Amino acid sequence: MARPTPQLLAQRAAKRASADPVAPGPGGPRGGAPASPQTPVTGSVSLVKSLEALGVEVAFGIPGGAILPAYDPLMDSSVRHVLVRHEQGAGHAATGYAQATGRVGVCIATSGPGATNLVTPLTDAYMDSVPVVAITGQVPSGAIGSDAFQEADIGGITLPITKHNYLVQTPGEIPRVLAEAFHLASTGRPGPVLVDIPKDVLQAATTFAWPPVMDLAGYRPTLHPHGKQIAAAARLLTSAARPILYVGGGVLKAGATEGLRRLAELTGAPVTTTLMARGAFPDSHRQHLGMPGMHGTVTAVSGLQKADLIVALGARFDDRVTGRLDSFAPGAMVVHADIDPAEIGKNRHADVPIVGDARHVIDELIAAVEAEHAAGRRTDLSAWWAYLDDLRERYPLGWEEHADGTLAPQHVIKRLGEIVGPSGIYVAGVGQHQMWASQFISYEQPGTWLNSGGLGTMGYAVPAAMGAKVARPDASVWAIDGDGCFQMTNQELATCALDGIPIKVAVINNGSLGMVRQWQTLFYAERYSNTDLGTHKQRVPDFVKLAEALGCVGLRCESAEDVDATIAAAMAVNDAPVVVDFVVGRDAMVWPMVAAGTGNDEIMSARGVRPIFDDDDA
Amino acid sequence: MSRHTLSVLVENKPGVLARVAGLFSRRGFNIDSLAVGETESKEVSRITIVVNVADSPLEQVTKQLNKLVNVLKIVELDPAESVQRELLLVKVRAERAVRAQVMETVNLFRARVVDVAPDTLTIEATGTTDKLDALLRDLEPFGIKEMVQSGLVAIGRGSRSITATPTTTPTATPTATPTYAPTSLGPSRGSHQ
Ligand SMILES: Cc1ncc(C[n+]2csc(CCOP(=O)(O)OP(=O)(O)O)c2C)c(N)n1
Ligand SMILES: [Mg+2]
Repeated sequence: MARPTPQLLAQRAAKRASADPVAPGPGGPRGGAPASPQTPVTGSVSLVKSLEALGVEVAFGIPGGAILPAYDPLMDSSVRHVLVRHEQGAGHAATGYAQATGRVGVCIATSGPGATNLVTPLTDAYMDSVPVVAITGQVPSGAIGSDAFQEADIGGITLPITKHNYLVQTPGEIPRVLAEAFHLASTGRPGPVLVDIPKDVLQAATTFAWPPVMDLAGYRPTLHPHGKQIAAAARLLTSAARPILYVGGGVLKAGATEGLRRLAELTGAPVTTTLMARGAFPDSHRQHLGMPGMHGTVTAVSGLQKADLIVALGARFDDRVTGRLDSFAPGAMVVHADIDPAEIGKNRHADVPIVGDARHVIDELIAAVEAEHAAGRRTDLSAWWAYLDDLRERYPLGWEEHADGTLAPQHVIKRLGEIVGPSGIYVAGVGQHQMWASQFISYEQPGTWLNSGGLGTMGYAVPAAMGAKVARPDASVWAIDGDGCFQMTNQELATCALDGIPIKVAVINNGSLGMVRQWQTLFYAERYSNTDLGTHKQRVPDFVKLAEALGCVGLRCESAEDVDATIAAAMAVNDAPVVVDFVVGRDAMVWPMVAAGTGNDEIMSARGVRPIFDDDDA
Repeated sequence: MSRHTLSVLVENKPGVLARVAGLFSRRGFNIDSLAVGETESKEVSRITIVVNVADSPLEQVTKQLNKLVNVLKIVELDPAESVQRELLLVKVRAERAVRAQVMETVNLFRARVVDVAPDTLTIEATGTTDKLDALLRDLEPFGIKEMVQSGLVAIGRGSRSITATPTTTPTATPTATPTYAPTSLGPSRGSHQ
């Protein structure tokens, strides 16, 4: 687009001045608050003052040339800055902070390599709709486009992985851009927003006033669902014989878990929570079937397959949930409620599309269902429950002990969940350990299960746990990491040790890239190409020594008898991060499993055992 | 697969065209033609995009476009109820012997000669894609040395108009029902993620 002409800018400024100020997002002064007088400052000070005004309590980052001006006023700010060891860690920490609290997570990096190191965590936050604001330094305005030292077009690079991004052109717009960035990140479907600020803009003289007026003419998220659609959904929900509530991360983001519980109990319908929604509905609840999808429970997968009505709440029919789309839930009508209209009908046709915030959708659904009940419309779900209960009894989650006497990873994770309890925060890496952590820990509350779902980012756990611990210092925060994942980002333990962030890490050390190895076992004739990590045979690295080198307490556990005592020993340490090397058998596999590219009917509850498929055969 | 003409009103801000074009390529859509320029309001630019897609992917790309923060409104223009024009400049071989024949074709299509050289004529024509295709087909035998075409621009017939009414209330519920009667693009138009 053409650059705005000076006249145009003047015209816009005049329009802005005449418009009512808009409340700039969470933590900021509300619309009615009088604007503070214009204070002369530098761009950097304006940036830091904006962060303060937005209620930011912590930012994770690493300084460098282009962002250096901002680090000077940061030193005297109420904003705590946590100096990470890798910008990827800053990004995931901001994500962990946001996921544990629902507030915007903030990360800061310099231009070029600092900014490009944020690409993975920003993509991760984009895929999982996490409110994150990234602030990056840029080379001076005059040098942009000249391949200057440490220049990277981070705006162009992050175009497809951010909800929106900015290149700040003048210091005067810093408060407005920051207010907009926080508003965009945290409202509608949340997501990451990047603000790129050239060094000269940070150094230039400007004035600071708060609150700024936001200029977001093209941004209008729909929060309130359409009454007609709600009524249609309630009618289906009270007339279906085999309904199921398919709950995704949107319910957690909307803070709609209380309502979800009331809706579930009101309708009596079974509930399944996706990998992104664990904790949105208590695992201990009788109506909870567990997680759906590739490694979901047989009951949840069958519940979706055999349903005559799927009510999707803040979920997106991801391929890991549906398996082959053409054989997914063939007999089900679909009510699909999401705040993002683009999700509705994207993968699966929605018979009743509902655009809206999950909290409003659920509250209005409750009222509409009550009205249906009052009018005497209600179905008997006992046959449906008999079918599901029978499956639940026949195919519970479980594992077989290995004959070689090696420690079962599932046992470690199950005991961890039982000993630490439902108030702990569990942060998983990506791989087998992630699936077991989702399966064998009972999540009872929102914000207690953090993981990288959409992108499947190895290396997420340690820095995200760090962010969660900063957000919730009183909670017991456990990273449950793989020996592979842990080697990608464990340097943040140095940050944790020095900054007083005592997280705990359970390394589920199976000596290999276990999830990849499992696929090699099942689909590549046990040819183990490049999946042995040497963390068993050679014990390189020695995780206990590594932990100690990073300023943490290192523990090791190699047998089932020692599991409880080791966890207790880790829990007794509160003044330093703790790493426990759980040396577990390398042959354990994640079951159930729907093999990639197959339909959900072919779910295997264990190797070669296909419950639904065999049922249909019989 | 069918041809669709989308009028996308966007904020006139740096980088917006890249966002829109990038979205099409990222989601696997080919743009047949694209034209962009300012509108009656200096703050608003209008991008006219012609795509060749089936209905359901069109709905998806429209919804994704709507999610771009700088996109104000999207309207699909029905060819029957809109005026659609492209501009064509074409340099044709036209030695003395055939020059009259070339001129006859030019007149037939109500095109114009805008430059004359001893052995070529440069012709300007505006019209629908079909008309320009037909003109080119007729000029082809003389020998086309060079040609350049603009993207298609389109405007609805009648007195109603498509305008973006920018507001400064970002959290307002969507009101952006297009003022020009469009072909339906699903329940989500004007709303955002
Ligand atoms: C950054 C990244 N690289 C590669 C992968 C592919 N991948 C998925 S799971 C996995 C193995 C993870 O190994 P480990 O951390 O030891 O976990 P385990 O499966 O053994 O529990 C790999 C390599 C990925 N998800 N992310
Ligand atoms: Mg491993």
